[in-house]
Amino acid sequence: MSQDIRIKRGVDIKLKGRASNEITGPFRSETFALKPSDFHGVIPKLLVKEGDEVKAGTPIFYSSANERVMFTSPVSGEIASIQRGAKRVIERIVILADKEDRFEDFGAADPSGISREAVVDKMLTAGVGPFIRQRPYNVIALPDDTPKAIFISGFDSNPLAPSLTMITEGQDEDFQAGIDALAKLTSGKVHLSVHKDLGQSSAYKNVKGLEKHTFSGPHPAGNVGVQIHHIDPINKGEKVWFVAPQDVLIIGRLFRTGQYNPAITIALSGSEVKEPRYVRTTKGVCVAALLHNGLVQDNARVISGNVFTGGKIPMDGYLRAYDQQITVIPEENEPEFFGWALPRMHKFSLSKAYFSWLTPNKEYRLTTSANGEKRAFVVTGEYEKVFPMDIYPAQLVKSILMNDVEAMENLGIYEVSEEDFALAEFSCTSKMELQKIVREGMDMMITEMGV
Amino acid sequence: MKAIQKIFDNIKPNFQKGGKLEKLHSVYDGFYTFMFVPAEVTKSGTHVRDTIDMKRTMIIVVLAMVPALLFGMWNVGYQHFVQTGADVSFMETFLFGAIRVLPIVVVSYGVGLAIEFAVAQMKGHPINEGYLVSGMLIPLVLPVDIPLWMVAAASAFAVIIGKEVFGGSGMNLLNPALTARAFLFFAYPTYMSGNRVWVADSGTVDGVTGETILGSLAAGTNVVGTAVEEVGMRSYSVMDAFLGFIPGSIGETSTLAIIIGAAILILTGIGSWRIMLSALIGGAVMGFIFNAFAVNALMALPWWQHMIVGGFAFGVVFMATDPVSASQTTKGKWIYGFLVGFFAIMIRVFNPAYPEGIMLAILLMNVFAPLIDHYVVEGNVKKRLKRLKSVKA
Repeated sequence: MSQDIRIKRGVDIKLKGRASNEITGPFRSETFALKPSDFHGVIPKLLVKEGDEVKAGTPIFYSSANERVMFTSPVSGEIASIQRGAKRVIERIVILADKEDRFEDFGAADPSGISREAVVDKMLTAGVGPFIRQRPYNVIALPDDTPKAIFISGFDSNPLAPSLTMITEGQDEDFQAGIDALAKLTSGKVHLSVHKDLGQSSAYKNVKGLEKHTFSGPHPAGNVGVQIHHIDPINKGEKVWFVAPQDVLIIGRLFRTGQYNPAITIALSGSEVKEPRYVRTTKGVCVAALLHNGLVQDNARVISGNVFTGGKIPMDGYLRAYDQQITVIPEENEPEFFGWALPRMHKFSLSKAYFSWLTPNKEYRLTTSANGEKRAFVVTGEYEKVFPMDIYPAQLVKSILMNDVEAMENLGIYEVSEEDFALAEFSCTSKMELQKIVREGMDMMITEMGV
Repeated sequence: MKAIQKIFDNIKPNFQKGGKLEKLHSVYDGFYTFMFVPAEVTKSGTHVRDTIDMKRTMIIVVLAMVPALLFGMWNVGYQHFVQTGADVSFMETFLFGAIRVLPIVVVSYGVGLAIEFAVAQMKGHPINEGYLVSGMLIPLVLPVDIPLWMVAAASAFAVIIGKEVFGGSGMNLLNPALTARAFLFFAYPTYMSGNRVWVADSGTVDGVTGETILGSLAAGTNVVGTAVEEVGMRSYSVMDAFLGFIPGSIGETSTLAIIIGAAILILTGIGSWRIMLSALIGGAVMGFIFNAFAVNALMALPWWQHMIVGGFAFGVVFMATDPVSASQTTKGKWIYGFLVGFFAIMIRVFNPAYPEGIMLAILLMNVFAPLIDHYVVEGNVKKRLKRLKSVKA
């Protein structure tokens, strides 16, 4: 094991509503959905129509950019509806689930015993291809590329994130099979990062054929981008891939059983959830039944994912493809009289202009209030405090706003993604939408330079 | 509170699109958001946001200047009465000063905010909070006997030339309040320098003079820590200079009050301690060099006394730290601060016309701040390119 890597510039924001350590379920909703919008930049070509019978693993659509990249059904059942939005864009494909899953058979195989091409083919046809994503640009990996390394962040440091140590405990064989498959894909190493204080599951401890790194310190230590930056930073022209640990398990399961079985464990968390807990379920699950009678009050925002990078979904919405957490926090509807001049002891700030720094261990019930209006850049040095990379975040953001591709390249656009700017966005005095700006910057690079 | 909210709700339609006062939308917004933090929720990106915003940030800077302002009011009275010889109480002293200072503050805010509102309206921008700080800084760096119309002209200059021509708050190259002071200094030097402006009525009442410590030094006499008999004019103890019982611009005299302000800025993290500390070091180094080669009274002034006389402390704490016009990178802040202090003392000692340098030093470094940042960031870029080369090799 290599040396410890200590992350200093960051912060763990403590929110109310952490999931208790019991895992409940399995929970199966009536319907499941696949949403093309979960996969950035993918334009879907449909392969099914309403009323079709599908098994778990049956292709639903493929990416128009690459017809080998299949997106398959998480469960077996019937295509209940194909919902379209403005300009007939496909918003989601809803599947009415069977009581018990029937699986497509992709054939079990030991990944170390077959060729790279066979591994890639099996993964793409079974629909686990989209789980492998690429840096730079945070998009689905291209099957024809060979990345210089593959990174797995073994822990999630976002607010109220589930413990991946707990979730992967005991799943040693699936994890090892997944790692074996990934090892086939890269010319370099597979890297797994664990956190010093969070312990390791048996799967992490026993796994072979990868390089392990120990990180310590606060969020964003768990962001894979931060880990890549400290382990083997991305240079111009290089590509690395990254995969989430639960997706490694799904890949491993595919090779061990020949079935696409996207079973995952999610954290149901947030101050407005009555009983925050872990739920064993399947990707694409509908959250309606989980939240029904399960909320403290209804004036709440349901987020698929965490409060930093998650997406707002309706009360009867579906878990997004890459998320492993549902967070429910209160919406803010009341203007606050002279709020900016008050002590506001119940509110949280990284700045010492408020008093929350006096109570570092207090858990907060934060609302969706923007806490102020958007302004020009004035304050300097605040992004850097929560940006643990050797990159100038404010200067990079400004280069994106100026559409200066060369400056973006020089300042490190290849090494970052939206989530790396989430803490900076949270702390921004001027209420800039940094994640949106960075996403636009990466899209601009894709247009200019190709993926 | 509910009642006020209701009033705002009732008049709101007038200011919205199609309303008869649509054109005053920014003004309505400015007043509403001053009274209420709006029930605006996050739309993209993070779902929760830090409680800090621009209003809080700016109001803390204003708060940090209050000790200097209050002391300044008292000192205006004190400097006046100590020379006329009148026997007055503390309250009378303070009131005399308040009556002289408040109109300057009112004019500065009134004129500046009016222009700020008008420009925001013209451009359809929200009203920025930056002038809350500039409007307080301007009075504090002026001599008390300044005519009010000049304050008005300076405030207008600060907002229009100092800020809006660059594109508004956050875009300006120079600190707006210092731009205002520089404007007055060069346009009306007789009102901004010499020995007749620093004490209230010193231009009109016989027997009242208002030479500053630096003024006396430039004339060849050190009046700090020397007895009256020895120098034949008003003299001050070091403690006087530190506490601020000396003539000077309204807010600059009391190093103690400025240190209280600095403490507020540093504790809240709103003012950059790096800039303050490095400016102090820069000033000390320059002072030290002058001490070593002293050939006149100004050069011989002990290096540490430079920190407590004149506008050095005030400029370093409140003006050099303006985040918009200072360097933005951490390394850049160290360099920028050091040079501000270094040049402030150098200009103070070498300037033949006017023995003070902090204003020109900060304005000079404001101009160079983007260059410093450029080289700091360029270092980072080079590191990245080097890494790329070593991979290819």
